[in-house]
Amino acid sequence: MKAIEFKDVSFRYEEEAPFAVTHLNFSVGEGEFVAVLGHNGSGKSTLARLANGLLTPDEGEIRVLGTLLGDKNLYEVRRNVGVVFQNPDNQTVATIVEDDVAFGAENVGLPREEIGRRIDFALRAVGMQDFRTATVARLSGGQKQRIAIAGVLALKPRIVILDESTAMLDPRGRREIVEVVTRLNKEEGITVVLITHFMEEALLADRAVVMNRGELVMQGTPREIFERREDLVTYNLALPRIGVICETLRAGGMDVGDTLDAGTLAEEIAKCVS
Amino acid sequence: MKDVSFGQFYPVDSFVHRLDPRLKILFLIAYIVAIFLATNFYGLAACAAVLLLTVVAAHIPLGKVLRAVRGVTFLVLFTAALNVLFYGGETVYWEWGIFCVSFEGIIFSVFLALRLVLLVVCSSLLTYTTTPVSLTDGVESLLTPLKWIRLPIHELALVMSIALRFIPILTDETQRIRNAQMARGADFESGGIIKKVKATIPILVPLLLSAFRRADELGDAMDARCYTGGKHRTKYKKLRFTWRDAVAFLVGAALVTGVVLMRIYLSAPY
Repeated sequence: MKAIEFKDVSFRYEEEAPFAVTHLNFSVGEGEFVAVLGHNGSGKSTLARLANGLLTPDEGEIRVLGTLLGDKNLYEVRRNVGVVFQNPDNQTVATIVEDDVAFGAENVGLPREEIGRRIDFALRAVGMQDFRTATVARLSGGQKQRIAIAGVLALKPRIVILDESTAMLDPRGRREIVEVVTRLNKEEGITVVLITHFMEEALLADRAVVMNRGELVMQGTPREIFERREDLVTYNLALPRIGVICETLRAGGMDVGDTLDAGTLAEEIAKCVS
Repeated sequence: MKDVSFGQFYPVDSFVHRLDPRLKILFLIAYIVAIFLATNFYGLAACAAVLLLTVVAAHIPLGKVLRAVRGVTFLVLFTAALNVLFYGGETVYWEWGIFCVSFEGIIFSVFLALRLVLLVVCSSLLTYTTTPVSLTDGVESLLTPLKWIRLPIHELALVMSIALRFIPILTDETQRIRNAQMARGADFESGGIIKKVKATIPILVPLLLSAFRRADELGDAMDARCYTGGKHRTKYKKLRFTWRDAVAFLVGAALVTGVVLMRIYLSAPY
């Protein structure tokens, strides 16, 4: 059973408008960590909104954990598919951390004690357990976005989609988020779909796909994708500088792995040299 | 950045912070009734004393309290001035055309100004010591009887708490847009009142647009977290009355009774 399965899906926001997503076939296995790359307007955010029923496809069908998405089962599907959006300020409902994390769990009518346990679990999963009674507005961007992830985790979803959730963060905040979702994927077995236009974030994923003009144009391991540098440029994606260095070193005959951490790269070079 | 103290939660732990929001709301209502029932000096003094006690019990710094008053300074002075000039009265000091400054007028204006200040301080204390969520819970719980006539109480309460939450965000945004427009040569300072009002249009239009965009995104985020309205929804925080609430209730009740008694039996010099 696939976690998410798109079969020949097309969607456009308005009639006569160009399709945001055209004849898309795409699937994510259970427990998989998939990065969806693409520049602005490539249709990658539409993908997230289709997968949890915020948008309904004009053509084709979408299955989540084997269930065909329809008007009747939106509610159950959304319990299983959590979406974290781009702007942390626009997805926080409450002022206090624990109240916001509780929101989703309250919506589905869980008993009070269970909501308390879910808050514990969700905050620990994102490493924010010490901020339970803090004011959301006083947190950093990365912390706010971790709270947003916790708010989604409180529903115990089996799939978490991050729709450009790192786009508004500084490098440190972005690293925090990528670390958190990687851990969720490895330790909790949650299926993760990370939508981003920062190539380096794809590095830890099991698989990366590239979208362009509503179509899926590339697919493979992050390493395979990174190797096709010329293709990436045509899709308006560029490797981060350190990735380019890794590649150049490899092309020059040095056996270094892909990394975006300067320290790791230095160690690898040292190993090769000695 | 402009400081928007009004409507902002001040996170410390205090007696007042721990009170049940329902009680705080009722206390505020009782307090407002008391300040308008207090027609003489003693009554207002009692009101002021209770408020001072509350401020101390709430651990809110005095500066923060005064900042809330600063926002309404103009309103207070303006109404006071109008009352001084137009009240009439018997002991007249100065008269010119329709204007007349009298002893009674001055006393009345001072009382009115004092009432307004007390009113603002007490209301801001409510929002300083109560998080929007618990305030909303309180309002929702107090208005529950209205569900009988099919009013969407839960939804109204949620709208209220979201509005409160977005005040600081939209204030920041206003400042940002203002700076951006000023960087492009917009002039908000010079000119008469009409010109100044016109000058706010380039701030208001982008602000409104952004508010709609934010509302849209928030709606999606709430949908994604399974929000379907008040039905079948549970609450994590349960409201519970404690001994603190009993104490606050007694203080409030004593204040209202005291003010009424003073109004009837105490003939103050003013």
